Order: sequence, then C-alpha cells, then structure tokens
Amino acid sequence: MKLIESPFGIHEKALAVRNQRMQVIASNIANADTPHFKARDVDFKKVLGGMGPSPMAATNARHFEVGETESSEPLVYRVPFNAAADGNTVEMGVEQAKYGEAASDFQTTLSFLEGRISGIRKALRGE
Amino acid sequence: MSIKNIFGIAGTAMNAQTIRMNTTASNLANAGTIAGSEEDAFRAKRSVFKALVDQQDLNRGFEHLGGVKVAEIVDDQAPVRKIYDPTNPASDAEGYMYASNVSEVTEMVEMIAASRSYQNNVEVVTTARQLMLKTLDLTKV
Repeated sequence: MKLIESPFGIHEKALAVRNQRMQVIASNIANADTPHFKARDVDFKKVLGGMGPSPMAATNARHFEVGETESSEPLVYRVPFNAAADGNTVEMGVEQAKYGEAASDFQTTLSFLEGRISGIRKALRGE
Repeated sequence: MSIKNIFGIAGTAMNAQTIRMNTTASNLANAGTIAGSEEDAFRAKRSVFKALVDQQDLNRGFEHLGGVKVAEIVDDQAPVRKIYDPTNPASDAEGYMYASNVSEVTEMVEMIAASRSYQNNVEVVTTARQLMLKTLDLTKV
C-alpha cells in the first residue's frame, strides 16, 4: 500500500463505479413503465479495466485486430427473463434485487475506505 | 456523476408517475360523463413515458440523463359506448347518447401500478440517501 501516493488504493475508483452502477439501476427502475426501454447495467470488470488480456499487438496496418476487440463501453444490456409486450426489458424484481446488491457493494467499499482512513489516522496520531 | 443524480432520476420517475396517477383520477372522474355525439364523448387518457437518453432532452432543460418523462398523453382507442335513452336531454335526434370509454377496472389497475412504481422510486431515494449520509460519515471515522 502506497500510503502517500494513493492512500485509498483502488477503493477510491471503485466507489465511483459503485455509484455509477446504482445510478444506472435507478434509471432502470425509473423507466419501468417506459415502452421500448432496455434495462442496462454496468460491467464492473470493464470499468475498472486492465484486468483482462490485452489485445494482440498490430505491427502492420494490414493486421487484423485479435483478442478483446469489443468496445470498452461499460454499459451492457440486461437479458430479460420475460420481455414485456411493449418492448420494455425492466423486470422490477430483478432491478430491486440488483439495486440492493449495488447498495451493499457501495457500503462494502465504504467500509474499506473507513478502514483505510482510520488506519492513516492511527498512524498520524502515533498510537 | 454523483449520488445526487440518483435523486434526480428517481425524482423524474416520481413526477411521471404522479402525472399518470393524475390522468387516472381524471379518467375515473369522467367515467360517467355522457355526450350528444360520438366525437364529443370522453375518451380515457393514457400517459406515454419516454426515457431521457438523448442529449436533446438535456438541452430542453431536463437535467437528469437516465430519468423518464411523459412524452405525450394519448386518448384510449377503445370504442365509446352508445346508449339509447331518448328521455335524456343530452341524447341526439335519434335518441342515442354516448358514454365515455373509461373502464373503471382498468383505471384501478393503472392506479395501483402507478402507486407501486412510485413506491419503488421512493425506496431508491431512501437507500441512496442512507448511503450518502454514510459517505459523509467517512470524515468522522
């Protein structure tokens, strides 16, 4: 842990992503009755990024791109269990469960941050 | 991108559901209205929702991308009821009057659906508020 450079490590970025996910799910719940609305979610792995295999290097202009060529767009569409007749793919039960999950993930990240902060505080006090 | 936007999104949804509940109330209130011609008969109003996903929506003053708005309010296309009652002053020359096409059962279902959707969004706000307060508490650790 590099205490001075990044005292909060990955959790600082993770908190922003957790927040974004809650926002996307809130948007799904808000649009539960909108015709043709497609429910979305945040692909956590894509956002935090850099974890997956990197694409193969192209050393010539005529090389095809190999490897992970899909877009890095973090928002993905949810596959519904039963799509509604009006083209809406929001399933309230699923969204509520996901929102609860996202909220508890947010709290988890918060408690990691709490740990870091209290650690730093202890170190500063010299206790 | 902040937790505030969650409040905004849920706010737009609560607003839209309120409009939907208003149209339902209006439909129920007018369920018994009669008219002298088919064109004048009351038709149930339905609100059509639209997601706020375009930049255009933002330019029109909607701040919260991902929210919802009422795009339009359309008339229900169900046929109006034709009732034969020559004694009624509202009836036409042939003795027919035209009642609204409001179905009370449909309206009640619509009202409950709007109310449940509203509650869902209240729940979203409650959770987001708790998390926001917890985040603020980080300074007190």
